[in-house]
Amino acid sequence: MMRSSVLVSAAVATLLVSASLVEAADNGPLKVGFLTVRSGALAAGGRQMEEGLKLCIDEHHGEMAGRKIEVITADTAGQPAVTKTKAQELVERDGAQVLIGPLAAFEALAIDDYIRQTKTPIISPSAAAEDLTQRKLNPWFVRAVGTSAQPYHPFGEYAAKELHYKKIAIIADDFAFGHEIAAGFQRMFEQNGGKIVQKLWSPLNTAEYGTYITQIDPSVDAVFAAFAGGNGIKFLSEYKNYGMQKPVLGSMTTVDEGILKRMGDEALGVISAGWYSAATDTPTNKKFVAAMRKAYGADPGYYSVGAYMACQFLNNALEQVKSDTSNKEAFMKALRNVNITDSPYGPVKIDKYGQPILDITIRNVEKKDGRLQNVVIKTYPSVSQFWTYGAEEFLKSPVYSRDWTPAK
Amino acid sequence: MRTPTFNWVLWLLGLAALLALPWLVTSEYYINIASQIVIAAILALSLNLLIGFGGMISLGHAAYLGVSAYLAIYMTAHAGFGQLSGALIAIGSTTALAMLFGYLSLRASGLGFLMITLALGQILWGIAYRWASLTGGDNGLGGMKRPHPFGLDLTHPAIFYYFVLFFLGLALWCIARFIQSGLGQSLQGTRDQPRRMRALGYNVWLIQWLSFVFAGFWGAVAGLLYAYYHQFVSPQALHLTTSAETLLMVIAGGTGTLFGPVVGAALVVILKNVVSAYITRWLILLGAIFVAIVLFMPEGLLPGLAAWIHRLKECLHGDKKTTGVSAITKDRV
Repeated sequence: MMRSSVLVSAAVATLLVSASLVEAADNGPLKVGFLTVRSGALAAGGRQMEEGLKLCIDEHHGEMAGRKIEVITADTAGQPAVTKTKAQELVERDGAQVLIGPLAAFEALAIDDYIRQTKTPIISPSAAAEDLTQRKLNPWFVRAVGTSAQPYHPFGEYAAKELHYKKIAIIADDFAFGHEIAAGFQRMFEQNGGKIVQKLWSPLNTAEYGTYITQIDPSVDAVFAAFAGGNGIKFLSEYKNYGMQKPVLGSMTTVDEGILKRMGDEALGVISAGWYSAATDTPTNKKFVAAMRKAYGADPGYYSVGAYMACQFLNNALEQVKSDTSNKEAFMKALRNVNITDSPYGPVKIDKYGQPILDITIRNVEKKDGRLQNVVIKTYPSVSQFWTYGAEEFLKSPVYSRDWTPAK
Repeated sequence: MRTPTFNWVLWLLGLAALLALPWLVTSEYYINIASQIVIAAILALSLNLLIGFGGMISLGHAAYLGVSAYLAIYMTAHAGFGQLSGALIAIGSTTALAMLFGYLSLRASGLGFLMITLALGQILWGIAYRWASLTGGDNGLGGMKRPHPFGLDLTHPAIFYYFVLFFLGLALWCIARFIQSGLGQSLQGTRDQPRRMRALGYNVWLIQWLSFVFAGFWGAVAGLLYAYYHQFVSPQALHLTTSAETLLMVIAGGTGTLFGPVVGAALVVILKNVVSAYITRWLILLGAIFVAIVLFMPEGLLPGLAAWIHRLKECLHGDKKTTGVSAITKDRV
């Protein structure tokens, strides 16, 4: 009985909501559904996403192209099944017209069909799975970050050509994100004459990396470590404790600004690649970093800048359609047509698959102004998700996976 | 004791409320939540067969949900089977898996049984996570289309709700019949007095095994509906947390009662999906509610409420001849 009374009151509430929705069809605030993670293992990244989004909305004073923006936040708990329910909650109950989120690739894939059915434009601020903008295209999806492997094509080339490494061992998190990073790096490193002699896959919840570190082939020139979440902290400190001398190359997330603040000297000299560094020396980025530091006392990293940029994409698209989202197709076209000349990323354009073409930077961890920073040492401008390959040629090969060309 | 007419009125009211739900709520979101409750309830019902009526506490019941969902999606969306054959393969193979798992785990009882089911469930999770070429690894498996049985458009939330509600009704009916049948009665005998049952000449192992397979079958049905609902499955469906959540539904609702797991499923699904929108720390709330249930209604929500209502009536009527306890035990079956 209690349940039905809850349902009845909920029904009344939704009646009221939908009535007000009809009234304010076009000129009312644009409702943005934001899928984040507030509970579970991914909550740290979720919080950074919320910070990035909030900063962007505040910068625009809650208004884009003259239209009020109303952000409705939902917690997916990092679970695919819950993500779908939350997406339904945002779209069906709260009337969200555009979604920003979710955090993890498997969450994005879980709502893929739902996005198609409801034709809801969605901007991904974090999920990097290659196929979302490659072999499993969704016309309503646009991404505000790089694909998993996008920075590691140039990085593989850099390691071979400029660092002159010949033999590298890879250690990476044993899930799709790690597999894709490793494969992208391996592909271009080997194409430029290097050789991956070893690939070690450590489970996401590895408690200590000693058993993996001792397995590393002593003859390699360097170790490429691709970790997500807080695993980079654990790996680098243990790597140092084991007295390892070989230089470490990292993925963007191994030394992400979000965790770099918790590292010590063991992170110094780690060279990595990514589509963003808080230390990028442009006026726009300096302003962004200063604002983030003022608001949250920390440098922005992967998640915060991703959500911030997703919000800037939204702004750019709304300006194109003059804040009129009544024609979904036209609005989606504008989202796919985002062209920002000046942003914390640098210039950004979107390819026809919904994936940004970004500047990729090679960064070195140095101590500056009393804190660790990813100091940019080289920039590869306008890097596509397909690197120098043509899209069709690239898409012919299967998606990067754990078994992508085994180590020789 | 309640008068039968009152019971009937209550049942009819409940049934009418369930059937009228799509008209009671205006947002499709709540209909979808109701569908999720129904699917979770079928899984909880099947687990309750083991726990409540068989005394076999399993921590691997997500296995049937997950395997059936994976098979249904793989067969129809990736291996080119039709909807009907895909569904039959999913349910058939999962039931066969339950036969094997029953054979393995019934070698032990009590804690040993619990650990074996836990281990088997973890193996399946590991396979789903690792065998990426087949299962998509941690990215999961999608691409499922909802079927159109008898011209019903299951993509419509209300029609889908009735579709799953039909299966819940069927499950309730079958399970009620099973409990009253000779096999079901002897299962409860093996729960309470396994040695005496053995001495009486019953094949305790076979009774338990058949019940295990029957429970696995309904778990498979829940998995199939799960696949239709989400059109996506990932290793999360096979994870220990899914098994534990189902166990929580059964215990919170009332083990060994027919409708307890349905109430428990509603509680957990609503907390997880609806309440979590308003309370960030909903997991703490779930924990607190569970502790409260254990403290104040150790038999579960449904028997607990029944006992409270009974006590209230006694107070009102001043009737103290029948004790609350005997009334509950009679209500249990």
